[in-house]
Amino acid sequence: MKIMRSALGRARGMGAAKAGVHHWWAQRLTALALLPLALYAVLSVLLLKGATQAEMLRYMAEPWNGVLFLALVIALFYHLQLGLQVVIEDYIRSEGKRLTVMLAMRATAGFFGLLAVISVLKLSF
Amino acid sequence: MAELTLPKNSRVTQGKTYKAEPGATRVKSFKVYRWNPDEDANPRADTYEIDLDKCGPMVLDALIKIKNEIDPTLTFRRSCREGICGSCAMNIDGTNTLACLKPIEEVKEAVNINPLPHMPVVKDLVPDLNQAYAQYRSIEPWLQAETPPPPDGERKQSVEERAELDGLWECILCFCCTTSCPSYWWNGDRYLGPAVLMAAYRWIADSRDEATGKRLDALEDPFKLYRCHTIMNCTQTCPKGLNPAKAIGKIKQMMAERQG
Repeated sequence: MKIMRSALGRARGMGAAKAGVHHWWAQRLTALALLPLALYAVLSVLLLKGATQAEMLRYMAEPWNGVLFLALVIALFYHLQLGLQVVIEDYIRSEGKRLTVMLAMRATAGFFGLLAVISVLKLSF
Repeated sequence: MAELTLPKNSRVTQGKTYKAEPGATRVKSFKVYRWNPDEDANPRADTYEIDLDKCGPMVLDALIKIKNEIDPTLTFRRSCREGICGSCAMNIDGTNTLACLKPIEEVKEAVNINPLPHMPVVKDLVPDLNQAYAQYRSIEPWLQAETPPPPDGERKQSVEERAELDGLWECILCFCCTTSCPSYWWNGDRYLGPAVLMAAYRWIADSRDEATGKRLDALEDPFKLYRCHTIMNCTQTCPKGLNPAKAIGKIKQMMAERQG
């Protein structure tokens, strides 16, 4: 298509979406939360080194551990989804393809996130 | 997808070599990007050998010498030759900078000279910056206030308020930073880029301006502002030593702040 629209018209485009702050802030908050949570998960693994299955189940049934692992997987998959969204927006130019890949990514991240949540809950109860 | 390689008609081929005149003592090679829209050919890199004993110290001096004495068809922009007009912005030795501020001595081997990256080329070292200028226009880079100025003088600022603008007002809009930014390469049609965002912050930070909220509103967009991922190429390349990444960071901070 021949483009005769003025440069200013193209620069202004559709205007500002009035969005993006929440995404930016959530990405930083989840990153911050993941620092201690990831450390906790690594420590848990080290702590349970050589433990029997019964000991492992008892550890995960503790409410503290259940809560922290739930927080970990929720923050992790939310952060993952936010990060991949940025990559998709950066590199996929066509609007249709971008939407398709974005939906597929969100469905996948959501599926595995829920799977992790259920797994933690199953160990808790 | 983003363009990760040059399209076929943009690949640079080997060009002509202009040998130094016999008897030259300190010879330096300059490999310069050449492309002429009137010729149906790929761009090429021409090599010019220059005697540094008969040339000024800056890369711009060499370019002017080439144009005057060797090849008058070489096209580039220049005006003030002292780093205040921003005309001679180009990619020298892999980094965007002003040819007039770049000493030839700083480049060890041959001096590679290309136009600013990822902009349409008009001819040789002249990039088409119309879109970037329009983006600058779109942030309304002028003072906006409803309070009328005092009848007997100018709008006043305290010394501290004025100090907020230091490191911002010095920008000469050469677009070295904007064209060094990968986010601008991939999404330059929607992302405003570091130069324009720093200019926007220059007005957001101005105590005399009363349109701060409106200015922030106009930037609150996943593409216009949030394509910045703090890559820092902008700050690293700025020939004036400014820090556009910090200015963009301050905009993001204000965006979060006003959310409460």
